[in-house]
This record gives sequence, structure tokens and C-alpha cells, in this order.
Amino acid sequence: MAEEQQKNGLNESAGHKKQVERLARAREVAARKKQKQKATVEEPEIGLPKKERLKIPRHPMLEQSPEERVHNFKSVVLGYDDETALAEAHRCLQCPHPKCVEYCPAEVDIPAFILEIVKGDIPAAYDILKRDNALPAVCGRVCPQEVQCEMVCLLAKKGPVAIGRLEQYVAEYMLDRFETEPPKIKKYRPTKERVAVIGSGPAGITCAADLVKMGYAVTLFEGFHKPGGVLSYGIPPFRLPRRIIASEIKGVEAMGVELRLDTVFGKTITYEEAMEMGYEAFFLGTGAGLPRFMGIPGENANGVYSANEYLVRVNLMEAWDFPKADTPVFVGKRVVTVGAGNTAMDCSRVSLRMSGVEESRIVYRRSRKEATARAEEVEHAMEEGVQFHFLTQPVEVLRDENNWIKGLRCIKNELGEPDESGRRRPIPIEGSEFEFPCDTMLVAIGQRPNPIAMRSIPGLEITKWGTVPVNEETMQTNISNVFAGGDVTVGESTVIFAVGQGKKGARGIDAYLTAKREGRLEEFERQHAAAS
Amino acid sequence: MSKAKLNQITFRQRLGEDMVRIEVYAPLVAKKAQPGQFIILRVTPRGERIPLTIADADVEKGTITLILQEVGKTTMMLGQMQVGQCLENLLGPLGHPTPIKNYGTACVVAGGLGTAEMYPIARALREAGNHVVTIVGARRKDLLILLDEMKSVSDELIITTDDGSFGRKGVVTDPLKELVAEDRVDFVITCGPVIMMKFVAEATRGKGIPTYASLNPIMVDGTGMCGSCRVSVGGKVYFACVDGPDFDAHQVDFAELMMRQKAFVKYEKCALEEWLKQQEEGKETVKAG
Repeated sequence: MAEEQQKNGLNESAGHKKQVERLARAREVAARKKQKQKATVEEPEIGLPKKERLKIPRHPMLEQSPEERVHNFKSVVLGYDDETALAEAHRCLQCPHPKCVEYCPAEVDIPAFILEIVKGDIPAAYDILKRDNALPAVCGRVCPQEVQCEMVCLLAKKGPVAIGRLEQYVAEYMLDRFETEPPKIKKYRPTKERVAVIGSGPAGITCAADLVKMGYAVTLFEGFHKPGGVLSYGIPPFRLPRRIIASEIKGVEAMGVELRLDTVFGKTITYEEAMEMGYEAFFLGTGAGLPRFMGIPGENANGVYSANEYLVRVNLMEAWDFPKADTPVFVGKRVVTVGAGNTAMDCSRVSLRMSGVEESRIVYRRSRKEATARAEEVEHAMEEGVQFHFLTQPVEVLRDENNWIKGLRCIKNELGEPDESGRRRPIPIEGSEFEFPCDTMLVAIGQRPNPIAMRSIPGLEITKWGTVPVNEETMQTNISNVFAGGDVTVGESTVIFAVGQGKKGARGIDAYLTAKREGRLEEFERQHAAAS
Repeated sequence: MSKAKLNQITFRQRLGEDMVRIEVYAPLVAKKAQPGQFIILRVTPRGERIPLTIADADVEKGTITLILQEVGKTTMMLGQMQVGQCLENLLGPLGHPTPIKNYGTACVVAGGLGTAEMYPIARALREAGNHVVTIVGARRKDLLILLDEMKSVSDELIITTDDGSFGRKGVVTDPLKELVAEDRVDFVITCGPVIMMKFVAEATRGKGIPTYASLNPIMVDGTGMCGSCRVSVGGKVYFACVDGPDFDAHQVDFAELMMRQKAFVKYEKCALEEWLKQQEEGKETVKAG
């Protein structure tokens, strides 16, 4: 027992023992109660009594200090230690009808995994997370918990249970363990049809993993030379350490998914060719990788990058280590990022970490309230010294005679009535134009889906926003053997949303291929028509 | 030779002083490559991604032909690679194929390395029934490439060198202007240094002869993801990798393209110098050992 606990790295304090004992008793009591009065809803009595649990305040996260972290690309958050995780887990009230689960796009059984932490069984907690979410180590770090699970936590007012941090704790605890003790991953022998999953981002990884478990022969196609999609090229290592992505990819490969890099679906292999090769269904998880620009004068100046170009150069091509890595990136002394989403925060914070950068500003046309980034990312950016100019809109990039950016002209905005996004519309204030000098500009105002793969599928319906409409239950597109999920269906969303759609897509593909195999395709189409 | 491995170099030939022709085993790319398309490759695990035109493809052998000019670290490393070695990775074919049809008389204007791109296009134009007049230019004789190949796919071949060391002394626009003046040209396509393409566009603008330029801006991913290769054409912004690489030459903002191509010059020089230094040190170590 002691050894076991040490292996788990849990604090073997008397207090903890007591809690475990209390827990065991509580479960017995609960079980007896259940036998006696099945009809009534029972109060779960596990761990500390509710009253005591309510007294524990939310535990802050350990982080690298802002002064230290702006000089490195290492993880900003250091994660809970065992003691903190255990204490935080005790805060969960184990609601009988947990709202947090409802608000999780992947419907992770949150109270159940937290309960396993309380019990000290981290592998069990991990299994619960994995059951609904192929990428817990990623989501713990990048989910906007404050508008999902944690927003509806009963304790939200006084500080919700730190669900994200607990998820991260469990996932990374297991990753650490896997380094010395590789997980025994079951390799699945394909017994069913061939399926092509296009794009190895969160939607694709999830869909491929689920399909291979169901017995399908799955190929995961990736255009880049590294897998992971936005996790690899977009999210910087200080937010998502690279070992996490590597481990998830190794996992799906070990399960039997064939990974094909450097394959641009629609160019290297077409839909028709893939059908000839025997692929019977397709999952389009190609994300939203096409950068948007503002269309203001001077935007093609040297030193102006799309967020994608900048992040691809730095994160994927490792330009931060130039000339040891061959890909360069120009970053001057004064960097300005346009936008206030997660990508904008990433750009502004990557810049602080590049040598020679003296200031990093963010210019955003709306106010802080409308910023779409995770709250924590905005806080981290502020702590690190990023200067924010809210209600400020660029109108022209100022250039020198060699087409290099030398400054930005902006105009001040005020907020008017809500627009179609529900956020208050920014209205320029006449005569409020001003300029400031800068030598690098990063445009992080959003991305659209990349049309290459979708346009290569004859007849595939594409909306005017460049997204692919799907049946919300099956993820099926208007082409019967083509399914889609993640950003490609909505423009831009979150990793956990992509995970959720990847799962649905796998179920949809399974239902479709099963129906086809059993000669019930018509029935499937009918059902699906009713659902959409 | 046993079956080639993916991305393995199966043939290598030096063309003049700083250009090398290689054939790479990439059967999927070879099968689909069309004139005007390109690939992206890397040479080492931490190498940069560079675009190269597909100069030819052999579906049966599963190989594509690439021609490179040794101007920077990556191209120099690539130029040193030998038959049997494998590239780190390669993807393609990328970009839209050149629109090929019978225009009547098609004039293909190629400068330096641009000849590699123009060769399959000239061949395709000829196969489509065009009378193909090819103009190939270079600074001097030893920088001319693919003359035999160009000859084999052209009805007329005109060669110019700046110094007169081969063919006609002068630049490619000299014979082009004459052809235009004689109303002999219905369609022009060009690839080469930006400044050359700009003057080609000027030569045909007056008579409104449809003229396409195959642009070569800096690229990173080559699949429309980054916008590094954005070009202004007719006042609108396009990504050369997915919207091009061929554009209406009369509408292209060549001045902007020229300046954008220089964005990383300082870094390219630094990378090259570092690498050359390492090469020297390496040689010395070998000697000492």
C-alpha cells in the first residue's frame, strides 16, 4: 500500500489516510442507502463532508514567474503537485446532476475523474478522461474552462473547482509515468473497411483513434512534415509542451492508425484515387488554416506576417533557434499584434521571447470584454508585459522606401449596438487617428478553412464562409461517404470542440459503414435526413 | 538498381557552374504533376522548406526532375547530395497547373533557372497545337540550361546572353519586342528573375497580348496556410502557392514582389556563412584526423 502510494507520488499523510478511510465508509453507507431507498435521490457522501469541502478555497496554479518565463519557451504553468491536486479534488461536491459535464463539448465525466483523484487512483482518473476525450493532456491546458465546465460549477461564484488544472494534473502525471513505464496500448487488428482521416489535428486524431478501436483500417493524412495540426504549428511550446503532442500521436499509431505525412489531400492524393485505393469513408478534419488579413493599405509590407506564418516559422520550423534551425524569422524591436484571440496572445507572447524584442503590443478594435482569448492567456500576456490597446483599429501600415513596415496608423473606436456576433460593434471615432512606430506586425484576426481538400471532392457543399455544412448528429456532409468535423465545419473553435466532433464523426462513419455493409443504407439516409 | 525508396535521389547531373539537376523518386507526385506545378522539400530534419518547380516527371519510373541553383544553404546542401541519398521530405504537386490550350503562337520567355519551369510548359503548349517560340536568356553562356530540351519542344528557339558569349547579345525582351512588333505572338508566358518578368510584361502591355508570369515569392508551407507568398495582382492580394503560381503579368505588382523577396536576405546570408564555416571546419577535422 505504502509502495503503491509512493509510486502514485501521493502524499502519504495521516490526513489523507483518514480521508480514504472516510471515503470507504461513505461508500458503504451510500451503497446501503441505495439498497434501502432506490427511488430517492441520495446525497453523495464521499471524501470530506460537504461543509468542510466548501471551506477549501480554489488552489492557485504554480507558474514560472513572468520575469523568468519571457526568456524561455518552457511551460508557463507548472501544474499542481500531488498535494494540491488532492486538496483541489476534494472541493468537488460530486453533484448528482453535474452541469459541468453538460457544458463540456466532449461530455467528459468530470465528477467521476475527480473522485478517482480523491481516491488516489490516478490511472483510473486518466482512463475516465480518455474515455470521452482523446486529448486530455492538451485540453487541460488549452480549453477555455471559464466559459465551459468551470463556468457552471456550483462553486463558480467563490471560485469553481479547477477542473482544467486537475485534468492537466492527471494527464501529465500519466505522461511522466509513461516515460519510464510505457503504456500497454492495445494494437487493434483491422477487420472492417478502410477509412481516410484527413488532417492530424485534434479532430482527426480523435476520429482516427475511435475508428481504429472499432476495427476500421484507418489512415491519417497530414500535409505537413509533422503531425498534430494546430497543436504543432499554432500553439507555442510554452502553452503546450511538444512531448504532449508526440505522446498522443505515438498513442494513435500504436493502436494501429497509419500516419501519412507530406500528403496534401486533394493534391498528392485525390478523393477519386483514394476511393480506387479502397477507402470507403472520409473524415475531413482539415481545420481552419487559411489566414485572414485586414485589407488595409501597406499590409504587404515586409515585416508584416499573418499569425500563421509567424507561428509556423517559430513553432513548427523552430525559427527561435536560427541559425541552428534553418528557417529564419524577422522580428524587430517593436512588435504589434492585431487581434485578441488565443492566437493573438500566442503571437504577442512568442514575440517577447524572441531575442531583441523590446516591446510587444496588442491592438484590438473592441474592448477587453469582447476578447475571445482564454482569460488566463490574457492575464499571462499582461503579466509578461504585453501592452494592450483596446478599442483601437489599424487603418494603415506605414512603410519605408524599401517596403519595410515602420509604423502603424490606428483609429480609436467606441462600442455601439451588438452586431451579428452578439458583441457590441466597434465604431471609429472621427479625428482620433494616431500613429506609433513598430517594425514587426502580426495579423491575428482569424482564420478560415483551407479549401484545398474540400474543393477536390466533387460536389461537396461549401458555405459562403468556406465551411462545410454537416448533419449535427452524424457529421455527414452532402456527399454520403464524406464526414467532417472540427474547425472545418464552423470556422474557428476550440480543441475540445474538435475532439467532440471527431468522436461524433467516428460514430457517424461507423453507423454509415455498418448500414452499408448490412444493406441498410437507405434506412440510414432516411434517419439522417430526419435528424438534420 | 533495386526499387527506389521514397524521396531518394535516383539521378544527379551538374548543369554548369551553380545548377544541378536531380531526379527524385516520388511516384504519387510524378503521377499527377502538371506543367507549372511545384513541390516543397526539406533536406535535413531542421531544414527549411523550399519550393522547386517540377521540371519533368516520369510516371513509369515514379520520378520527378528538379533543377536547383546553389544560392543559399539549403540549395547548396541539396546540390551536394548524391544518388542513393534521400531527401528529408517532399510534398506536392502544389499550385495550379498552367492553363494550356491552343493560343496560336505561344511565346515562352525563360531566364536562368526559370528555364526549368518553362520546359514542361513549352512542351505542353506545343502538344496542344501551338506554334512555340522560345526565348531563353542568361547573363552568360555557362548559366544557360536545358537548351537541347527546349530546342526539342520549340518551333523556334532564340537564345540571348547579356555578354554575347552565346547566341544573341542582349536580353530576352529584345527579340520579344521584335516579335510583338511583327504581331507574331498570341500568348506569352514567362518565368525568371522578377525584373525580367516585369520587362516582359511591359513589352506586351501595349498590344494587350495575354501574358502570364510564373511568380516565385518566398514560401513556407506551400498550401495556403501562411501567406508568406502573398502578391498583389490587379490591386488584390493573392497567395501564389494556391492561387498561382501563374498570374496575369500585366496586373502583377512586380516592385512589391521584388522587395518582398529581399525580406530575409540578411538571414539567408547568415545561414550560408555559418554553414560554409562549418564545412571548412569539417574539412580541417577530416584532414587532422
